[in-house]
Amino acid sequence: MATRGTIPALTRDQRLELLYYMRLQRAIEDRGIKLYYQGRIPGAYFTGWGHEAIAAGATYALGPDDLVAPMHRDLAAYLMRGIPVRQVFAQFLDREGGLTRGRDGNVHMGDPRRGVLPFISHMAASVPVAAGMALACRQRGESRVVLTFFGDGATSTGAWHEGVNFAAVLRLPLVLVLENNQYAYSTPVSRQTAARAFVDKAAGYGIAGVSVDGNDVLAVYGAARQAVDRARGGGGPTLIECLTMRVRGHSEADPFTYVPRALVAEWTARDPIRLFERRLREEGHLSPEVDEAMQARIAREVEEGLAWAEASPEPRPESVTEGVFAGEDGA
Amino acid sequence: MTYLEAIRDGLLTEMRRDPRVFVIGEDVGAYGGAFGVTRGFLEEFGPWRVIDGPLAETANVGAGIGAAILGMRPVVELQFADFVSDAFTQVVNMAATFHWRTGCALPLVLRMPYGGGIKGGPFHSQCKEAWFVHTPGLKVVAPAFPEDAKGLLIAAIRDPNPVLYFEHKYLYRSQRGEVPEGDYVTPLGDARVVREGRALTVVSYGWALHKCLEAAEQVAAEGTSAEVIDLRTLAPLDRETLLSSVRKTGKVLIVHEATRTAGVGAEVAALVAEEAFEYLDGPVLRVAGRDTPVPHSPVLEAAFQPSVAEIAAAMRRLAAY
Repeated sequence: MATRGTIPALTRDQRLELLYYMRLQRAIEDRGIKLYYQGRIPGAYFTGWGHEAIAAGATYALGPDDLVAPMHRDLAAYLMRGIPVRQVFAQFLDREGGLTRGRDGNVHMGDPRRGVLPFISHMAASVPVAAGMALACRQRGESRVVLTFFGDGATSTGAWHEGVNFAAVLRLPLVLVLENNQYAYSTPVSRQTAARAFVDKAAGYGIAGVSVDGNDVLAVYGAARQAVDRARGGGGPTLIECLTMRVRGHSEADPFTYVPRALVAEWTARDPIRLFERRLREEGHLSPEVDEAMQARIAREVEEGLAWAEASPEPRPESVTEGVFAGEDGA
Repeated sequence: MTYLEAIRDGLLTEMRRDPRVFVIGEDVGAYGGAFGVTRGFLEEFGPWRVIDGPLAETANVGAGIGAAILGMRPVVELQFADFVSDAFTQVVNMAATFHWRTGCALPLVLRMPYGGGIKGGPFHSQCKEAWFVHTPGLKVVAPAFPEDAKGLLIAAIRDPNPVLYFEHKYLYRSQRGEVPEGDYVTPLGDARVVREGRALTVVSYGWALHKCLEAAEQVAAEGTSAEVIDLRTLAPLDRETLLSSVRKTGKVLIVHEATRTAGVGAEVAALVAEEAFEYLDGPVLRVAGRDTPVPHSPVLEAAFQPSVAEIAAAMRRLAAY
């Protein structure tokens, strides 16, 4: 069902920018894991290890005025839409400077002012909301597109069905990115669908559908770019199934012994960042100098961001009753 | 103008005034809504402001939330308030917490045709307002009169928060009253003393409020003057109007059609106990729907509903206390 259009090849600088965001996600989450094991992150900690190509590749297909509704393994999407590293760390630490000012934790963040819908725990709850954002764009005659991410487990929910169907019947400018990482917590995809592939569901909704290797950032970008162009052109939603593997636990508290180790090893060997680095080196785009400069920049941004977050105050206890309603404090 | 016409007038007033306001729901477009509130809207405003959504409450409410985030002013019609259970996550988790999480406004109105008296049975008659009163971040209104039906709807649409607008189906055509023309609001959070009295305070809303007025008329003939308060807004409660009346009368009867246990009446009773205990000269009484699902048989539904006779009896009991 995928229509083949001409997607301009990304330039060297664009490819390096993609790598930068994938690496930045990994570096922040790597630091986050250490903080978590040091007991400095309240509650649970989730990462998107192995999902960086999906988060970065799909988000990179969006234009400056477009909107995104990420899930909990898409840190690169937040970063690419302008959410600063320091606010991510402050969010992890539940500080006043975090995106939810300690109201919600970990990857439950976003910023509507930057066009990033905050994620909540109820899987696929963002999908009908993203459809509504696309509806508003359509109502106002804006040529904006909304892109939303969700996992394989989320496709089993009623919210997912209703949101996809709503966008389909109104032919809204919505791109649906499925991160099939093969497990929803401990539950394998065989308990989420009896379909041959998730992408087969697209036909049932009368929308376009395409499958890509979720560890190949350029493949994800290409599919997303086609879907974004289709949506912007009035062609309605597209379901993009990105196949990947969750190579860590659901959260850091999860030893994920239910996943065969061979499967983890197989996908770890296909790490999306390593794959892309290899490709960029082969293309001559990632010289040791460029590589080192990028790594140094990321290391600096992570340390500066974390230092800022640690200096950010804890929320004031007396603020607990504030902000439940808009308009009470002039907000 | 009837209560239903007043709702329609309020919606029309806002849609004509503000291009961000739109309606979405099941059968609201070509058909004009199950109760006819939006009849003729499609012709006036077109298919992108009067949207026939699929049969999917999560989608329609979720879409309203998404559009509101981008600055639209959606009015989502739930065909029957009972069906909101199919959109529960969107209402109580997504919408209710949105401003608290983000600091951004969420100007969303859910129109909730609720209540019994229409031979609707257990899934077309419920009064589930307490679910939402119990959820921080939501405002809940329930007009009893046409004037407030229009004024509260306009206020709800202009409010930067999610507002659940409970419109009583029995009142749609049974209630008529003067409704000011054009633009006005009934402020959210303001109760109204509908009938002044000295012997006891009766707190109610919706259809039950009219039963209270009838009962108050009966006991007035016996020399008991009941003060009747229409809450109008259930969240946030107008504590001042409520408590100042209680301080005057010293006796309180709370009446609602919703089932009794953990209903809005329980909250009002607790508030009175906490804030006006010293003024009380009798027990705080409740008359409410039975703690059962709403039955379909008219005989059973009459037995389920709080009756005028029951309310009058409670008034007499309190007056004599």
